[in-house]
Amino acid sequence: MRIGDAKQSYEADEAIWTSQTQKLWLGLFLLILLVFPFVVDSYLLYLGCLVGIAVISTTGLNILTGFTGLISLGQAGFMGVGAYTVAWLSINTALPFPVTLVLAGLMAAAVGILVGLPSLRVKGLYLAIATLAASVFLHFIFAEWESVTGGMGGLSLEPAHLFGLAFQSDFMMYFIIVPLAVLMVMAARNVFRTRIGRAFIAIRDRDISAEILGINLLRYKLMSFALSSFYAGVAGGLFAYFYRVVTPESFPLSMSIFYLAAVIVGGMGNLLGGILGAAFMTLVPEALKLLTAALTPFYPNAPVFMSPMLEIIFGALIVGFLIFEPHGLAEIWHRIRRFFRLWPFRN
Amino acid sequence: MSILEISNLSLSFGGVKALQDVSFRVPENTVTTIIGPNGAGKTSLFNCISGFYKPQQGTIRYQGEALAGNIKPPKRAALGLARTFQNIALFRGMTVLDNIKLGAHVHMKSGLLSALAYFGPARREEMAVRKEVEERIIDFLEIDHIRRQPVASLSYGLQKRVELARALAMQPKVLMLDEPVAGMNREEKEDMARFILDIREEWGVTVLMVEHDMGMVMDISDHIAVLNFGQVITEGLPSDVQNNPEVIKAYLGNSDIESLRKKLNAEGEAA
Repeated sequence: MRIGDAKQSYEADEAIWTSQTQKLWLGLFLLILLVFPFVVDSYLLYLGCLVGIAVISTTGLNILTGFTGLISLGQAGFMGVGAYTVAWLSINTALPFPVTLVLAGLMAAAVGILVGLPSLRVKGLYLAIATLAASVFLHFIFAEWESVTGGMGGLSLEPAHLFGLAFQSDFMMYFIIVPLAVLMVMAARNVFRTRIGRAFIAIRDRDISAEILGINLLRYKLMSFALSSFYAGVAGGLFAYFYRVVTPESFPLSMSIFYLAAVIVGGMGNLLGGILGAAFMTLVPEALKLLTAALTPFYPNAPVFMSPMLEIIFGALIVGFLIFEPHGLAEIWHRIRRFFRLWPFRN
Repeated sequence: MSILEISNLSLSFGGVKALQDVSFRVPENTVTTIIGPNGAGKTSLFNCISGFYKPQQGTIRYQGEALAGNIKPPKRAALGLARTFQNIALFRGMTVLDNIKLGAHVHMKSGLLSALAYFGPARREEMAVRKEVEERIIDFLEIDHIRRQPVASLSYGLQKRVELARALAMQPKVLMLDEPVAGMNREEKEDMARFILDIREEWGVTVLMVEHDMGMVMDISDHIAVLNFGQVITEGLPSDVQNNPEVIKAYLGNSDIESLRKKLNAEGEAA
């Protein structure tokens, strides 16, 4: 229940977490994230890391597509740029992972700005096709620029390291990925408390009047591209450290579509939606596999029958969400919150 | 003294002449209204002043200096030319408060890095804007009860008021209002007229308005320019304009129906 949250200062009113209850839940959630790797098996730990990487990348794409209204199919390409940057740096230099990850993000941001240049002239589906072209182009570079990317064979890299400590296991990677994911989601939230975030949303809602109100469209569209691909680059860098091998096939076009789907299923223009969407898209296929395994003792033929069905069920789930929850998973959460707002007194 | 001076402005889209040799002036600290039938070119004129359309000929002088064609809309907004739109152009994905804060965008400076951290300059700047918006604008326009609501849920009259609030947050010197009371009921119109007069008197802002509601136009305007078929017919005090035979003709047509029909046909062929 949430009552008595009258504020006495603008500072308090502008805070993200405005009530004690919220802070309590947040603390609990962070505690769970902290305890999680100590209590789960290696499989769940692996999934936790994957969700963390997906959350970072989805949040990035959400900034661009959900908040700024620029549809991009280049996310996998930007992640690839980040991954190759990290791989190349870890092979050719001795830089620790915080530096390589930032450089991966900056490199991806630079590529993102280039890819975003057409966005001043083309919008909507046309922009999607322009970014698609960019992602095909990037894939071509990954496969053909052998002296840097290792061609089709790709690159293998050493584990991430810092102060002589090597992050070899999933367990250790978890403590890079998850805190970074939390930090980057918080940073994105901050952006949307300032003039920059408002400018992004204004461009999405009405670009022409945004310009007349004093927003430089090219500058903010490119800024959105840069920020979004920075997130993708960092996610790609983490991906490289996590799998320790990067090939052109690590970042197929279907991955871009995966992230776009995560943004849409989660809720466009909603950071919580990005997190839920990333978790949904990563975990549901795995949950379906577990379901198959659970059914096998009762129906020995389950794997034969289920394995082709998995993709279909997954697809049907997405379609179902789009029909019944067009505002995404985040809307379900908001409904639950509204229900408990004055509970148990009035609904 | 005139804060805005339009001289010999011409604008055409292909064969359509939206504005022909339009000249008039907006005296400082007045409510100046542009009236004229639909399609007379009033909104086109606003778009030229905003920098959204580029006129083929003529000059717009603002505070004594010519606004060159290469001064883009965002720059003009920063110079103090604010406006509202005929079909409300609020950002539907934002709350009332965020919409109004967005108006202050051009006067804010914080960059991406401090925004990501929400620390130091970005935070202080946001707080200053919040205070300004709350205490000067939201209070003045009496919209404190809706500040947290998404704009899409508001009534038409309130949306217009929020749009006015957003324009005021731009700290304008000239406030351009495109049909501020269109579609409002009597009470809402009276409120809006009161706000417009207060903006001129208390804020010292020059108001340039396009409006069809003649009752309100004659009541609150200090200066009126009449536009018809892209040309200025006359300008002057409300009482002068009201009795001008050209104006009556523009609104009611020629008494001779036949010549009016001929004229319309000729226009149609020309287009």
